[in-house]
Amino acid sequence: MSKQEQHWEKSKGLLFMTLAIWFVFSIGIFLFGAEMNEVGGPFGYPLTYWFTCQGSLGIFVILIFWFANRQEKIDEEFGFSERGDD
Amino acid sequence: MIKGNFIDNLPKVYGIYTGGFLGFIIIMAIGEQMGMTSKTIGICFVAFTVAIYAIIGYLSRTAQADAYYVAGRQVPTVFNGMATAADWMSGASFVAMAGGIYFKGYGYMALLVGWTGGYVLVASLLAPYLRKFGCYTVPDFIGTRYGGNLSRFMAVVVLTVASFTYVTAQINATGTIASVALDIPFQYAVYVGLISILLCSMLGGMRGVTWTQVAQYIVLIIAYLLPVFWISNKMGAGFFPHFMLADEVARIGELEQQFGFVANSKENLAMVPKGLAGITKAHSAVNATPWAFISLALAMMMGTASLPHVMMRYFTTPSVKAARKSVGWSLFFIFLLYSSAPMLATLSKLSLIDPSLPTGIIGKSIAEVQSIDWYQNWNQANLMFVSDFNGNGTLELNEFFMGGKAVVLATPEIAGLPYVISGLVAAGGMAAAMSTADGLVLAIANAISHDVYYKIIDPKAETAKRLVVARVLLVVIGFAGATIAALEIQGILGSVIWAFDFAMSGLFFPLVLGVWWKRANKEGAIAGMFLGLVSGAAYLVWVRSGGSGFLGITQLTFGIFGSAVSLVAMVVVSLMTQAPNAATQRMVDEVRVPSGKSILGKQH
Repeated sequence: MSKQEQHWEKSKGLLFMTLAIWFVFSIGIFLFGAEMNEVGGPFGYPLTYWFTCQGSLGIFVILIFWFANRQEKIDEEFGFSERGDD
Repeated sequence: MIKGNFIDNLPKVYGIYTGGFLGFIIIMAIGEQMGMTSKTIGICFVAFTVAIYAIIGYLSRTAQADAYYVAGRQVPTVFNGMATAADWMSGASFVAMAGGIYFKGYGYMALLVGWTGGYVLVASLLAPYLRKFGCYTVPDFIGTRYGGNLSRFMAVVVLTVASFTYVTAQINATGTIASVALDIPFQYAVYVGLISILLCSMLGGMRGVTWTQVAQYIVLIIAYLLPVFWISNKMGAGFFPHFMLADEVARIGELEQQFGFVANSKENLAMVPKGLAGITKAHSAVNATPWAFISLALAMMMGTASLPHVMMRYFTTPSVKAARKSVGWSLFFIFLLYSSAPMLATLSKLSLIDPSLPTGIIGKSIAEVQSIDWYQNWNQANLMFVSDFNGNGTLELNEFFMGGKAVVLATPEIAGLPYVISGLVAAGGMAAAMSTADGLVLAIANAISHDVYYKIIDPKAETAKRLVVARVLLVVIGFAGATIAALEIQGILGSVIWAFDFAMSGLFFPLVLGVWWKRANKEGAIAGMFLGLVSGAAYLVWVRSGGSGFLGITQLTFGIFGSAVSLVAMVVVSLMTQAPNAATQRMVDEVRVPSGKSILGKQH
């Protein structure tokens, strides 16, 4: 497998992982919205309510930065990273 | 001051700007103490901020194509994040979101999840790859990846339908705010709003829009957060509302139990002015089915990833790496406002319905409520209404009606904050609506000038001529939008959601598969865009004209149907026709690697 193919395989792996986490917090948990809301969440809010107000939103922010860093590592590993600063 | 030097000095420039704006707020507060009328304060706020944007727009003027189309590709990550957040958060986010949460609770929160979750798709599926491509516009990517004028033209059509649906709502919002703040009739205020928008974008194109959007973000976030924190502290609900409102949320639940949701009769509801609503849904309980919630969130997420005015913001970063990070910053800046909207809705609702608070009106006598100053003001503005349906003389929960905008616009006054805050909120709403309108008008005008005029009609046109065409189109599209906005056909929020559905119907899969599926070809993309848009639009028309719909897909989520058709059409047609040639396949390979030259040259 060429270097480029390996790079793409790894990038795809990261994509699937990112999308899996995204799926859980944007869709998965809301399948059980009513049940989850009976449970107390952070800061004392009902759990589902908390996810819609802050939880899912905050997790998306962290997820994107995490994804960006991981992808950068993959690019560097194969020497595909851009030169210069950002 | 502008150019290289300017980029290095950005933190300082915007630091001084923020300090100046805070100073202006203080001056206005002092002015209020010294007897400035509320009308003068409102005019000062809107006029002062719009004048600043116009100056920034003028200083950013340019005669170069890459500065006009992609701000010279030198916008640093954090600032691009702020600009995107302003581009993204429309008048609807600013003025109507807290109101939506206030009235509809959980069912509406799907929009918060959808409008943030979409950025994960933007970051992982599209933005870095389109940045590597080096395109000026979204149709530029479609046209080059798939080849042929027809695919490019179809992309322009989808872009125009989606963005134009969206932009009329934004110009409408600038008009609403300008008409209230400047006290002029709406039909004229719309054009005042339009001229403000054009001042920001006409001379500098994307460069002007970028630097005004950063300035607008600073105004709108201060205007949103300051009242939320202030009200929370004033009510004694907690100094950091986001972490401390659990008791208030629980208290609203208790009060809902105590009052009960009494349904009003048809005859009674007919007396309520149009556009106002009562509290009929639980605040924090789950009041929508899983599919209703998820389908709306999903439609908004896929729509986010297909809206060209957002995508093109990531064409302005210096590198692919920066584009990825910049998406994270964008969402962070959006998160600051979105996570505050539910808190504002909670504070607003509690302060109105809790009889144990001095501001609470439920349980008071109707005559007493009708004599409150702020009630009279907002009743006159057609945003509040009470009526004694059961004739017992006291106000019940089901006898109090409010407009969605009132949550943001009236809560500061209800909580007893000085008028200077209301002026600030007007400036914030204006900034939110203007920044989104800027981005949208520019996206449409750029697509038509670059992709239709330059790439299809006259590929030999010189830069100067191209930029004249781009600017003329900007004015024409702006006026068309304002003219339609002046007719006031559709409410602000409805048309915003439609724009997402149109965009995802026509563009989501052609964009994503263009990067992620090498086998996708021109015929497939054209079929995907055309059938997706047409089927989505047909579904909307069908449901609007009384059709029952299927699978629980409503007029707010018709993009789910449109994009499914688009996906099937694109895959089937691609597989039935020839695979893309070797050069195209190589191009896709190159897009997947951040290093190396972009596909399209710096000047193209």
